[in-house]
Amino acid sequence: MAAVTILETKGLHREFGGLTAVDRVDFTMTQGEVHALIGPNGAGKSTFVGMVSGRIWASGGRVIFDGQDITARPAHARIRMGMAYTFQITAIYARLSLFENIALALGERSRPRVQEALDHVGLTERMDEIAGDLSYGHQRLLEIAMGVAQAPRLLILDEPTQGLAESEIEGFNALIRRLAGETSILLIEHNMNVVMALADRITVLDTGRILATGAPDEIHADPHVQEAYLGTG
Amino acid sequence: MKVLGLHLGLLALLAVLGMILPAYHQGNLSRIMVLATYAVGYNVMFGYTGLLSLGHAMFFGAGMYGLGLAMQHGGVGAVPAFGIGLVSAAVLSAVVAVLALRTIGVAFMIVTLMFSQAAFLSALYFGEWTRGDEGFVLAQQIRRVGEVDLSNPVTRYYAALLLFSVALLLTMRMTQVRFGHVLVAVRENEERTRMLGYSVWSHKFWAVVISGTISGAAGAAYALLFGYVGASFVSVPYSIFPLLWVLLGGAGTTIGPFVGTLFMFYLIDYLSGLTTAYMLVVGIVLVLLTLFARAGLMGEIRKRWVPWLP
Ligand SMILES: Nc1ncnc2c1ncn2[C@@H]1O[C@H](COP(=O)(O)OP(=O)(O)O)[C@@H](O)[C@H]1O
Ligand SMILES: [Mg+2]
Repeated sequence: MAAVTILETKGLHREFGGLTAVDRVDFTMTQGEVHALIGPNGAGKSTFVGMVSGRIWASGGRVIFDGQDITARPAHARIRMGMAYTFQITAIYARLSLFENIALALGERSRPRVQEALDHVGLTERMDEIAGDLSYGHQRLLEIAMGVAQAPRLLILDEPTQGLAESEIEGFNALIRRLAGETSILLIEHNMNVVMALADRITVLDTGRILATGAPDEIHADPHVQEAYLGTG
Repeated sequence: MKVLGLHLGLLALLAVLGMILPAYHQGNLSRIMVLATYAVGYNVMFGYTGLLSLGHAMFFGAGMYGLGLAMQHGGVGAVPAFGIGLVSAAVLSAVVAVLALRTIGVAFMIVTLMFSQAAFLSALYFGEWTRGDEGFVLAQQIRRVGEVDLSNPVTRYYAALLLFSVALLLTMRMTQVRFGHVLVAVRENEERTRMLGYSVWSHKFWAVVISGTISGAAGAAYALLFGYVGASFVSVPYSIFPLLWVLLGGAGTTIGPFVGTLFMFYLIDYLSGLTTAYMLVVGIVLVLLTLFARAGLMGEIRKRWVPWLP
């Protein structure tokens, strides 16, 4: 792989009161890779991607996206540069139709293009229904479709498979495989089957620090990681 | 197409009513159209963007005093004075937006209320010019555009209709373009909207400016058409009225503000002939509304029968 760096953080840091949620993290992501970010609850994963996307301000450090220092840019400007972000806690327009949800993500009200985006997650038939009427799993899929519809260069997914049924997870894996290579994907994931199936590289975060970064088999074999997170491995 | 047809149909109906209504109702409807314009402005912020202001009377007042003082003390003609009213309201709303949009929710309501109180007190303080509570009358001979006498009931009716048409068609258009869709997105989920790459702040800013300017246009027109400028129009009740009209007619519907204003005007008109406790009945109507028709009249119609209503 020609190693073009799409995302880099240098000393990225965040404190909440006295608590250090993310501790001077240096992180690099290569264009087109699927990079899984794993770690126990409270490790700082959501805070980290929040700072990458601009949703959360950094206490210190820098974020470099596509060669540009974006640390000072507001979230909406970063999104416009080609990021997309899905929330850990589903964030859709519950009182609007699926069409409206996707059209807002596309920035365009074209039915064929909305349909195409919903096709990715198998929700095409329900285009004119109200998003809040969907099951929880389908709402998550809608949010993923909104992220994909933006045609981002960097897609950030915060625990996307939480609440999905087995069959839906299969579909999700297939979708990520289709996007991979072209879209760089930063994936926070607890389901290790999904991580092992999709990730080119894995970074393990624990108490705000990077414990290890590497290919899935390296991570799996790493004794520190096994101790801290994977249990017996 | 049917959306445009509906709006033009309503305006055509109003145009015809202007010719056939008896003088009393023609006068009422002139006033209703001006006040409905105020409600249309309020609706841009409250109904479409989800920003609840308790201080819109300051924008209505900015238009009213902008025009009134320019005509009374500056000897300015009606048309440029109307322009001064518009600019006053636009500038005031831009300033209020910059300051008040630092807050959200209840704090935003209180900040707008405070600003409006400051505007009200200013109107009283500069009594030498504004004549405070008592207000001042704009003489009939200066309320004219060229040869057209705006104090004449018929021309007044059609001037009010023109004002209302512009505001109504403007908001109808707003619901069809991206800007309007993003306002609704901000109302529905601010964080999601920001994380789709839209600047929430600038959309809110323009919503406040458009809302305040339309409200100011209504205030200026009120002074011009009915010939009176007074501090009571900047008082708290005048900030609450557009909220009630919009709630009654249907927040976030283009026609709701007109329907709500019309309904409330005639309800009060009718009840005040029957009982001195008419505000009590108005209160009961509003309670019933929040219990059984939360989306307001047009909002319920949209929910039940006409989903394409903008
Ligand atoms: N807004 C906040 N205020 C205070 N503490 C927070 C806030 N957000 C996160 N934290 C704390 O920061 C730490 C990291 O949280 P988070 O990034 O959500 O972890 P993860 O996503 O890995 O589960 C946790 O201890 C959490 O309690
Ligand atoms: Mg998290």
